[in-house]
Amino acid sequence: MKIFKILAAAGLALATVIGAANAEMKIRIGTEGAYPPFNFKDASGELKGFDVDIAKALCAEMKAECSFVAQDWDGIIPALLAKKYDAIIASMSITEERKKKVDFTEKYYSTPAKFIVDKKGGISDVSADALKGKNIGAQGSTIHANFLEDVYKSSTIKLYKTQDEANADLASGRLDAILADSAVLLEWLKTKDGGCCKFTGPGFNDPKYFGVGAGIAVRKGETDLAASFNKAIKAIRANGVYKKINDKYFPFDVY
Amino acid sequence: MDMELLIKYGPKMFDGLLVTLQLVSVSLLLGGVLSLPIATMRLSSNKFFRGISYAYVYFFRGSPLIAQLFLVYFGAGQLRPFLQDVGLWGFFRDAWYCTIFVFSLNTAAYQAEILRGGIQAIHIGQREAAKSMGLGPFVTFFKVILPQALISSLRPYGNEVILMIKGSAIASVVTIFDLMGATKLAFSRTFDFEIYLIAALIYLVVVEIIRFIWDKMDRRLTRHLRPLSDQ
Amino acid sequence: MGELLGYLSFGPSGWGDELLAGLSITVTLFLSTLPIGLVLGFLIALAKRSPNPTLRIFANAYTTVFRGVPELLTLFIIFYGGQMALQWFVDLFSSGIVVDLNAFFAGMIALSFVFSAYASEVFLSALNAVSVGQAEAARALGLGRFRTMQKVVFPQLLRHALPGLSNLSLILQKETALVSILALDELLRHTQIAVGATKEPIFFFSIACALYVGLAFLSSLLIKQIENWTDRGQVRV
Repeated sequence: MKIFKILAAAGLALATVIGAANAEMKIRIGTEGAYPPFNFKDASGELKGFDVDIAKALCAEMKAECSFVAQDWDGIIPALLAKKYDAIIASMSITEERKKKVDFTEKYYSTPAKFIVDKKGGISDVSADALKGKNIGAQGSTIHANFLEDVYKSSTIKLYKTQDEANADLASGRLDAILADSAVLLEWLKTKDGGCCKFTGPGFNDPKYFGVGAGIAVRKGETDLAASFNKAIKAIRANGVYKKINDKYFPFDVY
Repeated sequence: MDMELLIKYGPKMFDGLLVTLQLVSVSLLLGGVLSLPIATMRLSSNKFFRGISYAYVYFFRGSPLIAQLFLVYFGAGQLRPFLQDVGLWGFFRDAWYCTIFVFSLNTAAYQAEILRGGIQAIHIGQREAAKSMGLGPFVTFFKVILPQALISSLRPYGNEVILMIKGSAIASVVTIFDLMGATKLAFSRTFDFEIYLIAALIYLVVVEIIRFIWDKMDRRLTRHLRPLSDQ
Repeated sequence: MGELLGYLSFGPSGWGDELLAGLSITVTLFLSTLPIGLVLGFLIALAKRSPNPTLRIFANAYTTVFRGVPELLTLFIIFYGGQMALQWFVDLFSSGIVVDLNAFFAGMIALSFVFSAYASEVFLSALNAVSVGQAEAARALGLGRFRTMQKVVFPQLLRHALPGLSNLSLILQKETALVSILALDELLRHTQIAVGATKEPIFFFSIACALYVGLAFLSSLLIKQIENWTDRGQVRV
């Protein structure tokens, strides 16, 4: 009979209708939950990470009531546009391409992109010429994927649904290199599987592809929301809250 | 329709369509070859062969294709040291071969069942007639039984082709740029919902073309089976 | 091996409870899609036999579309497009209300559309198999339209349609795995999460496949029972 209970519960949850109350600001925040250390789910399924902590701090500053929605990366902008939530705080880089669809706040952090390769693979040059014919992996729908698609035209680009799947394929030797955010890769290189691999080459931050850091995305025209986020970012930068969160996750300044 | 979008991503989606068609035709062909021994084993009087082929068919028809693909693709990554020792890593390293491998095994199970149904539907008299004419079991199977079985199961074969075309869309989850993969790429850079609708239309047209060809073929090849009044 | 089995334990360190939770969502999704798909499929089949040409064209187009487009694509289109359409519709009446079409519901709609497109064909040929004389005889005996359908046509139809429908329901059961792409926490999705955490793809994906095969086996037992029941009036030789 348990199945009927589940069925009934599912039925109730089918289409949740949420009335928007403007009296006290309620903000639904979308994040990926598969991008450690910025956002991830712990063993109990709770969202954690730098993005999540920053979001909570911003909400506290704005005196807003915030809830989180986990959303797969490839659907994170479509779901914002479809009003499944009101803002994306998920390490999303502010790029011209994305600005055509959404509005951004100022950046709240900025870390360069880097390549990682197999330690024994002998790749040290990561220029487009040197990686000709090699398999390069990245997470789909990211600035890294776009950069590879446009610049590394003579390499074979493999796109993955999550960063984790790309990492697994580098460890198994399917990929010769991965391009991703350096802070995210650093976290993985510290794990047992990540032992196979190392950073190589320079940090990439050409604003044309990599934007000007990670910002909070809101739907076009929601200028009030973006403005209050901006005010809150300034405030937590000034009052030390930002630094505390920064130091919890990184031994260096990510702003 | 957005022309800029079409110019930029049209060629990519066309390439993706070719990849889809290639993936499907190679898998169907390999699966077709593989289905012969499986169907024969399913009809064998040997209990062991029957059991093995039954389990094979049950597994591949009972679990989702996407789960099978994950099992082989990510499982091969885990088994790399072993696969390297036996010299198979070069094959499984490639997402394309992994996908062909899984799709072929999967469609072989379905095709074996179609074939088995077709063979069983052939009247026992055909066999007896072949035998009385002095044909050996091998010639009887390939020259008498198999052609009739294939023709009478043309319709289910057509359905399997269409199911494979639709099912092949999941190849995109293991980094293959088939039509679905190209569509997802285009969507990720434009967030234009139209792309999905265009992709749906392309799949629809391909499927309808195949259905049309198959109908014509079916009518022509089975015309001797219809009552005279229908012709 | 012991370590692997340990992964299946319940509680915070094991994945047994997560897999079971995923399995129950898979089953729930299947059980809630099936009746909708059956009813829709029957209605579409009736529409195909309707004297009204608009209805017939609609029903045929419906079947063509949902049998021709990959299920994965249908899921994406319903999930994102459905949300937008629903929101647009709600905004017509009052602004400020936010509607959320979740992955479960989107999956249910998409899969029941696909299922009903196939099921309508099965119903159609079953309807054709029940001879017109049966309905005519019932009418001649003074039974109304509804009664005729309920007492005479439908029970016979069921017997003709059952093999086709049971095949389709087994396909549906497997198609629920595709909804994992929309981040619904069903069996395959939970399996992927477990693989991400433990780096044991072979073990966990094998378990997932085995669970799906097990479900298929249970369903086929159930279908056999139903077949026996619908065949109870048949003379056995």
